Amino acid sequence: MDQPYLEIENVSKVFGKFVALYDIYLDVYPGEFVCLLGPSGCGKTTLLRIIAGLEVQTTGRVIQAGRDISRLPPAKRDFGIVFQSYALFPNLTASQNIAYGLQNSRTPPAVINARVEELLQMVGLGSMGGKYPAQLSGGQQQRVALARALALSPGLLLLDEPLSALDAKVRASLRGEITQLQKRLGVTTVMVTHDQTEALAMADRIVVMDQGHIVQVGPPREIYQQPLTPFVANFIGVMNTLPGVILAESGGGTDRSLGQIRCGLQTIAADLDGLPANSFITVAIRPEDIQVLALDTPLTRDLTNRLETTVQAVEFLGTGYRLTLALQAHPEQVLLADLSANDARQWEIGVGRSLTIQLPPHLLRLFPAQAPAAVGSAATTHPASAKVIEPS
Amino acid sequence: MTSPSTQPPAFTHRLPPALRPIRPILTAEDWILRGLLVLMVFWLLVGVVFPLWPMVVRSLQDPQGNWVGLANYRAYLSNAALATSLGNSFYIAIATTLISVVLAFIYAYGLTRTAMWGKPVFQILALLPLYIPPLAHAIGLIYLFGNQGIVTTGFFGQLPGWNINLYGANGIIIGETLYCFPQALVILTTALSLTDARLYEAAQALRTSPVRTFFTVTLPSIKYGILSAIFVCFTLAFTDFGVPKVVGGNFNVLATDIYKQVIGQQNFAMGATVSVFLLIPTVIAFICDRIVQRRQTSLVSARSVPLQPTPKPWLDSLLFSFCAIVALSFILIFLTIIAASLIKVWPYNFTPSLRHFNFKTAGGGGYGAYWNSLRMSFYTAIFGTIVVFISAYLVEKGKGLQWLRSLSYFLSTLPLALPGLVLGLAYVFFFNKPTWQFLLGTVPNPFNFLYGTMALLVVCNIVHFYTVCFLTANTALKQLDQEFEAVSASMAVPFYKTFWRVTVPLCLPTILGIGMYYFVNAMVTVSAIIFLYPANLPLASVAIVNMDDAGDIAAAAAMSTLIVVTSLAVRVLYWLLTRPLEKRTQAWLKRA
Repeated sequence: MDQPYLEIENVSKVFGKFVALYDIYLDVYPGEFVCLLGPSGCGKTTLLRIIAGLEVQTTGRVIQAGRDISRLPPAKRDFGIVFQSYALFPNLTASQNIAYGLQNSRTPPAVINARVEELLQMVGLGSMGGKYPAQLSGGQQQRVALARALALSPGLLLLDEPLSALDAKVRASLRGEITQLQKRLGVTTVMVTHDQTEALAMADRIVVMDQGHIVQVGPPREIYQQPLTPFVANFIGVMNTLPGVILAESGGGTDRSLGQIRCGLQTIAADLDGLPANSFITVAIRPEDIQVLALDTPLTRDLTNRLETTVQAVEFLGTGYRLTLALQAHPEQVLLADLSANDARQWEIGVGRSLTIQLPPHLLRLFPAQAPAAVGSAATTHPASAKVIEPS
Repeated sequence: MTSPSTQPPAFTHRLPPALRPIRPILTAEDWILRGLLVLMVFWLLVGVVFPLWPMVVRSLQDPQGNWVGLANYRAYLSNAALATSLGNSFYIAIATTLISVVLAFIYAYGLTRTAMWGKPVFQILALLPLYIPPLAHAIGLIYLFGNQGIVTTGFFGQLPGWNINLYGANGIIIGETLYCFPQALVILTTALSLTDARLYEAAQALRTSPVRTFFTVTLPSIKYGILSAIFVCFTLAFTDFGVPKVVGGNFNVLATDIYKQVIGQQNFAMGATVSVFLLIPTVIAFICDRIVQRRQTSLVSARSVPLQPTPKPWLDSLLFSFCAIVALSFILIFLTIIAASLIKVWPYNFTPSLRHFNFKTAGGGGYGAYWNSLRMSFYTAIFGTIVVFISAYLVEKGKGLQWLRSLSYFLSTLPLALPGLVLGLAYVFFFNKPTWQFLLGTVPNPFNFLYGTMALLVVCNIVHFYTVCFLTANTALKQLDQEFEAVSASMAVPFYKTFWRVTVPLCLPTILGIGMYYFVNAMVTVSAIIFLYPANLPLASVAIVNMDDAGDIAAAAAMSTLIVVTSLAVRVLYWLLTRPLEKRTQAWLKRA
C-alpha cells in the first residue's frame, strides 16, 4: 500500500470546556475520496477546518505529503476548499473568481485566461465566465466555487458540505460530476457531509463520527452492511432493533449451528459472532432485509425466524412501499419492512392485514446491550420496548 | 483498504493528555493585523479613555489645583440653584423621552404597519430635523413662539395670540423633542419593519382580536426597540446643550451649568464636577442599553415573510392625519428658520433681503467660521470613515488576539455614553496640559502639540460620533460571507488584497453613508467643540451660539440656514452617488 498522503495523528480540539475532537487518527491515501460523516456537532467540520489550518488543533499533528503542517497558516498549506455557502466574491464575475488565486501568483495574464477557460470548460460552464454569482443558479455557483478551488491545482481538495444548499435534483447530478472530476484529476479529497446517501454514493471510504470520536472507518458497503455500533447502523440508513437475550450458543435455526436468542415470546436464530450466552443484546435488521412471505409460501420450507405480524401502516415511497408491521405476539413492537410495488399490488397489502415475515439469520446484526432497567422477571417476559430509530 | 484507525466503539469522555499546545506559526500578515489592532486600541485609549481621567481628577481639586476630595460635589449639591439644575435636567429628559417615543412610535407604526397614503414622503420629512442643528430648532421656535413670534402675536395681530411661555421648560422640551424624534423614529421603524407576517396570519387564524394581537404579537417583538429608543432619547435630551442655551431662559440644566462654570466663571474644577454629574446617568443608560441589546434575539429569520399591511380606511386616515400634522410642523419650523434669515427686520419690515447673510456686523466669525466648519466636517468625514471602517474590519474579520478585539469593540461603543460637553471638556484637560505628573516626576505631554489645532477638532468629532458609525460598519461586515477570508487564505491571497478587492467594494454604500453621517454631524454639532475650538478657528455652529448671545438672532438664523442647506446638499449628493451603487450592490448581494 502507498504512503498515506494525509495523516492525522492524535488530534484533539478543545473549545473552552467543550471537547470537539478526541484523539483522532486518520490516514488518507493519494487520490482517495474520503467522507467525514456524522450528525451536526460531531466534530467533522472542526476536523476539516483543522486540516485546512482555519482552526488550530489543541494537540496532535497533521502531516500532508510527508510534511508536518500542524503549525502552518492556511496560506502556507496546499489545499483548495469549497464551502456550503459557496463564498464566491459577489462583486467579481465567475472568471474573476476563478482567476483570483492565479493573479496572485505572478502568472502572465494570457496563461491565467487560458487556465480560467480550461477550468470553466471542466466544470461545464464554458459560456458563463462573464456572469456575476447572483446571475447564476445555486448549482452553477457551486461549480464556479469548485473551479476556483481547483485553479491552483492543489494537492488536497476540501469540501465542506458542498451540496447541502442545493435542490435535491441538482444535488444528485452534481454529486456524480464531482466524483467523476475527482477521479479524473486524481486529487485527494476530504468531504464533510451529514447526508448519508451522499457519502455512500461519493466516497471511497467513509469516516463515521459521533461526539468527537471516529466510530467507524471503511468503504461504503462495509459501513452499511457491517455497522460496528447501533449508532452507525441507525445513522446510515434505517435499522430495526429488537431487544433480546442470548439463550444458547447453538441449536437455533434448521442447521442447528446458529445461536438462539429470546426476543419477548419469540425465539430467533442468529450468528452470535462470539457473544456468550445470557448476555443482553440488540438484534438489528434493515427494512429491505426483512422478507415478507407470500401467502402461498409452503409451510414445509425453512421455518427459521418466521414471525406473524399485522400491517399497521403503509407508506408509498415511489419505487416501493414501506410497511410498519406490529408483531402479533407483541403489538407494541413494530418493524419496518420494504416491499416492492409489484409484490404489494399482487398481495393487496392494506392496513390490518396479517403478514408472515422472515428474518434471514445471516442478515441479522447483534450489538451488545445494557441489561433492561426493569427489575423482576425482566429476562423472561422481556418487554418489547425497543423502537425503530429513523436516521436523523 | 481496512484502516487501522477504527477506534473502539466505547467512548472515553475524558480530555486528551495535556501535551504541549500547538502554536501556529505567525506570518508577516498576522503581524500586520496584530500591529494594526494594537494601533487601534491605542487610538481608542487616547481618544476615549485617557482624557476622562484628568477630568475626574480635576473635579476633586479646587480652582487653584489643590486636592479637595469630594468638596466640589458637596458644594454643588448644597448650592440650591445648582442642585435645581440636576432636577431640571431629569425633568426635561424624562418629559422629552416620553413625548418623542410616543410620537415616534405612532409615526413609525403608520409608516410600517398601515396602508396609508404618502409613506415615502413622510419617511423623508420625518428625518428632516436630523439635518438641522438643535440650536437652529431653538431659533426657529423663537420666531414661532417667542415674544415676537408668529403664534404668540396671533400672526401679528391678525388672529388671537397664543403664548406658550417658550423660554423655560416648555421651549426646551419642544426643542429636544424635535431633536430626539428622528432618532427614536429610525430605531422604531427598524424594529417595526422586522417582523414575520406569518405570526399575524397565525393570530388571525386563531381568531385573535386586533387589540390582543397588538399586545401579544406586535409589542413583544419590538420591546427591545422601544427600550433602545428610550435610552437614546434620554441621553440626548439629558445632555444637549444647544436648545437650553437658546430657549432655556432662567431654567437651568446641567449642560448650561457646565458652560456657565467654564466659559462664564472660568471655574474648570466645578465644570468638571458638573460633568461627572452629567456623565453618571448617561453611563447608566448606556449600560442598560447594552444589556438590553445583548438580550435581544432576532425573531426574524431568513425564512420570514415580510408583512404587507392591508388597508383599514379608519386607521389609515387617522394615522395619515397624525403623520401629516407632525411632518407639517417640521416643515413649518424649517421654513420659519429660512424665512427669518431672509426677512429684513422681523416683525416690522417683511421685505426679503440677504443682509443677514452679510455677517460683517455680527460676531462669531462669519464666512470664515462657515468655511472652517466645512473643512472640519470634510476632514472628519474622510478620516473618520477610514478609521472606523478599518477598526470595524479588524474587530470583525481579524483573527487571533480575541481579547484585544473584544476590548476594541467595547472601547468603540463607549463614546455613545459620553455627552459632547463632557468629551470636549475632557479633551481640554487632557490635551492642554503641557506636562503630566507621574509618581516619579513630570513628563512632557506627547499630545500637547494637537491642542488648538484643526486636527484635534477633527479627532474630537470622530470620537464623538464614533459608536454609531462603528456599529454600522460592523453590521455591514457581519453580512458578508464569513468564509471570504478563509477562501482567500486557501489561495494564498493576502488579506489586504481581499480587503481592497472584495470587502471595500461590497461595503461601499455603507462607507459613503458613514462619511455622510460624519459630515452632517460635524457640521451641526456644538457641544463637543465649544470648549475646544481656538480663537483663530471660529466655527459656524458655535457662531450661532455667539450671535444668539449677542442678541443677533437674525444672523443666527442666517447661519443656521447656511448649515441646514449645506447638510441637505450633502445628503442629496450622497443620494445621487449611492443610487446607482446601491442597485449594483443589491444585485451582488442577492442570493440566486
